Amino acid sequence: MTEYLIKNGFVFDPVLGIRGDVTDIAIKGDKIVETDAVKNPRVIDATGKTVMAGGVDVHAHVAGPKVNIGRNFRPEDKLFNTRPGRGVERMQGGFSVPTTIRTGYNYARMGYTTVMEAAMPPLYARHTHEEMRDTPIIDQGAFPVFGNNWFVLEYLKNNEIDNAAAYIAWLLRATKGYAVKVVNPGGTEAWGWGLNCENVHDPVPYFDITPAQIVRGLIEANEYLGLPHSMHIHANNLGNPGNYTTTLDTFKLSEGVKPRGRFGRDQVMHHTHVQFHSYGGDSWGNMDSKADKIMDYVNSHDNITIDMGQVTLDETTTMTADGPFEHHLTELNHLKWANADVELETAAGVVPYVYSPNIKVCAIQWCIGLELALLAKDPMRVFMTTDHPNAGPFIRYPRIMKWLMSQEAREQQLDAFKHKDKVIDATHIAGIDRELDLYEIAQMTRAGSAKALGISDICGGLAPGLTADVAVFDFNPNEPYVPDDIEKAFGDAEHLFKTGVHVINGHEIVSNGNKRTLWVNARVHENPQVVRDVKEKFLRYYTVTLNNYEVHGHHYVPNPYVIEVDATQ
Amino acid sequence: MTKTVTDVICPFCGTLCDDLEVVVSKDGKNLLEVYNACAIGAEKFLQSQAKDRHTRPRMRQEDGSWKEISYDEAIEYTAKMLADAKKPLMYGWSSTNCEAQAVGSEIGEYVGAVMDNTATVCHGTSLIAVQDIGIPSCTLGEVKNRADRILFWGCNPAHAHPRHMSRYSIFPRGFFTGKGHTGRKMIVVDPRVTDTARIADVHLQIEQGRDYELLDALRVAFKGEQLPDVVAGIPKEKIYEVAETLKSGRFAIIFFGMGVTQSLGKNHNIDAAIAVTRDLNEYTKAAIMPMRGHYNVTGSGQVWGWQFGFPFAVDLSRGFARYNPGETTSNDLLRRGEVDAVFVLGSDPGAHFPFSSVKKIYGLPSVAVEPHETPTTEVCKVHVPVAFVGIEVGGCAYRMDNVPIETRKVVDAPEGMMTDEEFLTHVLARVKEIKGV
Repeated sequence: MTEYLIKNGFVFDPVLGIRGDVTDIAIKGDKIVETDAVKNPRVIDATGKTVMAGGVDVHAHVAGPKVNIGRNFRPEDKLFNTRPGRGVERMQGGFSVPTTIRTGYNYARMGYTTVMEAAMPPLYARHTHEEMRDTPIIDQGAFPVFGNNWFVLEYLKNNEIDNAAAYIAWLLRATKGYAVKVVNPGGTEAWGWGLNCENVHDPVPYFDITPAQIVRGLIEANEYLGLPHSMHIHANNLGNPGNYTTTLDTFKLSEGVKPRGRFGRDQVMHHTHVQFHSYGGDSWGNMDSKADKIMDYVNSHDNITIDMGQVTLDETTTMTADGPFEHHLTELNHLKWANADVELETAAGVVPYVYSPNIKVCAIQWCIGLELALLAKDPMRVFMTTDHPNAGPFIRYPRIMKWLMSQEAREQQLDAFKHKDKVIDATHIAGIDRELDLYEIAQMTRAGSAKALGISDICGGLAPGLTADVAVFDFNPNEPYVPDDIEKAFGDAEHLFKTGVHVINGHEIVSNGNKRTLWVNARVHENPQVVRDVKEKFLRYYTVTLNNYEVHGHHYVPNPYVIEVDATQ
Repeated sequence: MTKTVTDVICPFCGTLCDDLEVVVSKDGKNLLEVYNACAIGAEKFLQSQAKDRHTRPRMRQEDGSWKEISYDEAIEYTAKMLADAKKPLMYGWSSTNCEAQAVGSEIGEYVGAVMDNTATVCHGTSLIAVQDIGIPSCTLGEVKNRADRILFWGCNPAHAHPRHMSRYSIFPRGFFTGKGHTGRKMIVVDPRVTDTARIADVHLQIEQGRDYELLDALRVAFKGEQLPDVVAGIPKEKIYEVAETLKSGRFAIIFFGMGVTQSLGKNHNIDAAIAVTRDLNEYTKAAIMPMRGHYNVTGSGQVWGWQFGFPFAVDLSRGFARYNPGETTSNDLLRRGEVDAVFVLGSDPGAHFPFSSVKKIYGLPSVAVEPHETPTTEVCKVHVPVAFVGIEVGGCAYRMDNVPIETRKVVDAPEGMMTDEEFLTHVLARVKEIKGV
């Protein structure tokens, strides 16, 4: 077995509790081992450099039908950024929606090794898996969407948690999915008629159920199964002034539920891209930050985790299963709009968007995202994301690190805003002098996100026994540096090991790695009711037959990593 | 003794029906009967059993006759032709599976090919329009379960997508459409009285080439503004009436075909049709969908989308992916003499390209990978017969609404025949050897 010893680096690892001490990390085969367990290792000299576990992204849109709509309908996104293949690298292109090849390479360059695709329409699971298969290096899993699924709506209307759970187990297996994702619960089904659900009590047309019932029911079904990850939600009313009350109402639906299962997470709800859900005011004119109210709640409730959805001030491509929101957005910015409703299951929309520092609202959004992270009492529960590509492309993570770690960098950006004074009035950021350290960054990007995903026994840290995902960055935290050094160093890993394979050596990609697809196989008691319902829906309403629905491994998931869950106990 | 294979996917058109039943001999070698398929689909299955089918590659000799060659020789010829060419065209990719398309892309990268699919003479204009204005669309099941206003524009599903109306658009009883076709209003826009037009509630017999005008007139009519007395041969009263019909529906869908993508106006027609759909979303719910032809033309656009970022006309000859329809599209390249080798797989440009393009193919080193004998195989230097995807080998295909379905193998291919993917994998390995990578 190949052995490596990464010597003398400044190690930041919340799993081991190491805060920048000089420590050696040993790799044997695909695992991290004690340093005395390697006999004849290849030595990587990390003197004066930062060593961290491979990054774990809890939420990004990197593979699947709507991502590919974004690629195919935006040739302009490839202008001036294509890159020829060389060495082991294949051709690459795209900025906000890069090709799958570039997606894998760019994550690797930032030291990330595990990325969750945040929304997989079940009927398009094959497409999502084909794209993930063609994304090199990184391990990936995909979250099928459940919040507007007709089976779920019908079961939860009658509070049939066991049936909902049995259906979830079936669908996770059929689609080779990882977790229960909810997007605009009920609202996306309403979008089938061009309507929406704007708050948690707004009933879903025809189905006679409220978003609150859907969310609460899916939390309970998720815990009934004891899945690795909690229910993962994008709540109603995204992106509208005054929506923070809807967000708080959604948070409250988790109250009183305790996590179950063997995966070690503490939360029962992960609320994603909370930046888009933390707005006060009642119009774009008086919209302001309610990040303080949101974080008051998050800080005082242990059973919730969130991620940022940080606006990066770029031209990007928004894409979400929140169909009505994308229609709203195209009405707002008059750019091209794609929509893709999916029978019985979900919908999606795609609209390009420019987050301009000259627009007050965009600048306020930028502040809110950072406030969420800076007001976090426990960085193990607040994760760094851009909801890629919605608030900005994931390649900006190192820049967000810079903003979080340096008040000077934040002030530079604030000074560059056209409406600086109005922005400061509407936000809290100017009064926050907190600067996160690399340990906290490792919590937000590695240990915390791995724990929330229920994979802390696989990755997210450097403890012996974990998968050998290790990144070395050319950054000395003990030497003086300017903020831009952070962005530069963490966007260009000097070394990266992925499952023990040396993928980046001296900043060069030298291997396409051994990519794995994570999926969850949950076993439940036989449920004849659900079997009957599935047969009937496929016979009458789907346009594919039941036998042509399930994703089979060989082609779509050539290298699976299956997490077994036994919910029969 | 026979056995019946169920849930078989039909590898003919973009409707990608997946409910066929195929009866095969017990040893799985002969295909005997096909149920549930349309006449075209059934014929495709049955035809695979033709006794005079080519089962080995053949090469054109100087005197014009064919000589049978081995697969190894065909692989060698193909790999050398592609590796030696400065700018080969690799065209087709629509009647094969995504597995083969993915291997093809990799070859294309190594040899610096121009990758183009049949959209180039079909719905490529639609893809361009989508890049201009986007596309509000949906899956066919949404149409089945919700749609009560169905508009066919420049397409004739009764003949081109024979089961489309019965499976998805007009006749099925869905969740919110329990009355089937009696609950739906069907509108057809076509200059001809097609069999589709004959069963429509309203047939707008438009003047040929006036699609853009009529689409724009509908947008005017939605807003209740003034129209001239007659637009595109249709009296204004009729246009106001159709506009009102569309607006008053709960869910409207526009299906469009080559009658509007390849007639005067091309992508601008589709721009206007999508704008009509966008407008309708101000009043009700509306979607629009191209009637894709080949059963997996959609898939090749998807595969290239995630690998290169563009759905057709992808030029890899500079070492990176470039896209510029009009320059990097097959017919423009052929007619300007800009390619020096032609590789065709899963399409028949010999039958569908202009004669001036076909003549160019004839004059170039060329390979056609194709189960049938076609006009294309007649003009190519080497013909490589392969197993039928969806009959003799499975693999992924994307329906016209982008839904991916895994096609099935129902019978064995004749002994010793390669599949598209196997042939391409060998060519890829040989290309890498020649290029020294």
